[in-house]
Amino acid sequence: MASKQELQVQQKRELEKKEETTIPARIFLPTVDIYETEEALRVILEIPGVEKNNVDVRVEDGVLYVDGRLDFSKYQNLQPLYTEYNVGHYSRSFRLSSKIDQSKIGAELRDGVLSLTLAKLEEAKPRTIQVK
Amino acid sequence: MVTAFADPFDALFNLQRALEARLASDWLQDLTTSRGPFPPINVFQQGEDILAIIELPGIDKNDLQIQAKENTIRISGRKAVDLPEGVSVHRRERVWGEFDRTLSLPVQLDPDGIKAEYRDGVLALFLPRAESDKPRMIAIK
Repeated sequence: MASKQELQVQQKRELEKKEETTIPARIFLPTVDIYETEEALRVILEIPGVEKNNVDVRVEDGVLYVDGRLDFSKYQNLQPLYTEYNVGHYSRSFRLSSKIDQSKIGAELRDGVLSLTLAKLEEAKPRTIQVK
Repeated sequence: MVTAFADPFDALFNLQRALEARLASDWLQDLTTSRGPFPPINVFQQGEDILAIIELPGIDKNDLQIQAKENTIRISGRKAVDLPEGVSVHRRERVWGEFDRTLSLPVQLDPDGIKAEYRDGVLALFLPRAESDKPRMIAIK
């Protein structure tokens, strides 16, 4: 069985919003894995370079918004010689398909990976109907 | 009147433009040898020394090896993306697998002075130039 998979570089996709921002800086889409368990929706986003304090997660009108601000002050006094990727803030939003308990949103940031656990509302959980 | 820009956003835009301008510059042309171009690398000059910044989110430090020899740096490891069993998958965009990439720099390095730091999914390699490679001021008599 092939256990090795060659890694390919994923080109960063740029955020395309209906509204433009007033500032010209570019914003990128974090790559994401989304999966659903019986209790919750799990959203895993890659936002390398973003610190814990600079992450903003919110659910509004059934839309999950994730924003990550890059601290680019570290790039001051650095002269680029050779570059293969661009850097910038991250932003992505998802319309949620199931009802989410807004009070139970868990977020954890580790090594540039943001893991969100969005607990489903009781009414949205699957139910097994007993046949009498 | 002086035009005021909404700094620091303007500073970010300038950084992005500077990075864009160097995209596929020939500074490392034919000098990166690899099995696939993962992970992507940005190389900066910091004073006399070199700083390589590599985006590698979600790596276990124990799964990452860095080797230095003369003017080459080898970065190899494994990126794992765990998915629990019995879940229904909506989207899968994150990549996983093994990587092995060697950077050959056009300057001599001081292998003992190399420092690596992994924070927030970003690997920073501080690559000091060898003393013998540094430019010297010539006094005119």
